Amino acid sequence: MVVFVQIGPPDFDRMFGALADHTRRDIVRRAISAEEGVVELASHYPMSFAAVQKHVGVLERAGLVTKERIGRRKVVHTNLERLRVARRLLDQYEELWRCRIDRMTELIAETRRATDDRHRRP
Amino acid sequence: MTVIAVRKDPQRLTITVEAEFDASPERVWQLWADPRQLERWWGPPTYPATFTKHDLAPGSSVAYYMTGPEGDQLHHYWEVLEADGPHRLLFRDRFANADGTPNTDLPMNTVRVVIEEVGHGHTRMSIESAFPSAEALEQVLGMGMEEGTKQAVGQIDAILGEDAFAKR
Repeated sequence: MVVFVQIGPPDFDRMFGALADHTRRDIVRRAISAEEGVVELASHYPMSFAAVQKHVGVLERAGLVTKERIGRRKVVHTNLERLRVARRLLDQYEELWRCRIDRMTELIAETRRATDDRHRRP
Repeated sequence: MTVIAVRKDPQRLTITVEAEFDASPERVWQLWADPRQLERWWGPPTYPATFTKHDLAPGSSVAYYMTGPEGDQLHHYWEVLEADGPHRLLFRDRFANADGTPNTDLPMNTVRVVIEEVGHGHTRMSIESAFPSAEALEQVLGMGMEEGTKQAVGQIDAILGEDAFAKR
């Protein structure tokens, strides 16, 4: 019955909560290229290393980023699939209403045609 | 193309869809006020809705079920909070058990409809849906609302902006 993209067990509220902060959204954006570690990320923000580390921790627990060891470095890396899942939920609801509005428009057009026909009759 | 704007707020878990119609507010209101018309648009073709009770008075309710391709039925009802035709409607859309009694275990979403004339013969309708949690949104989508999956799987995330994904 339910045709729905299979979404593992992510904690959606935690995910949306993590994305509700501007700095964290920015970290997620930067970490898409998976080039920087926490130290480099911290250099972009006017806050302490510890504060940035905390933000990365929130994102990690929400499954939005992972730390990956590349050679001797540890880089922060965005989990794109998880991010798309968050977005897709709202996209699907949008699509549901777009389809409904198409049907409403068709229904209105139909009654208008019926009224016009009646008026044309002598 | 009658949908003129869509606003999504992932933090507040609301989505607002605005549409314009070449019709009067009264005509647009009929889409909600007449159960036979509601049946023509509420459910997707694969899950048509049948309205068994329809009373838009505040404090009253509207009951309906959706029938799936395998004959499965999903029962719902609206708790009408405000109704002021032809301009305003506010209701909670909730799940019901097969016998029509409210199923309070499952989540609800609150829908606010505003209908306004924007010029002669043109009417704008905005529909705002608010969800109590992301799980509620997921459940509403998962239960008989499969048409949403037509949306391309790789939809780009507006939270990050399109450029961010293009880099990859």
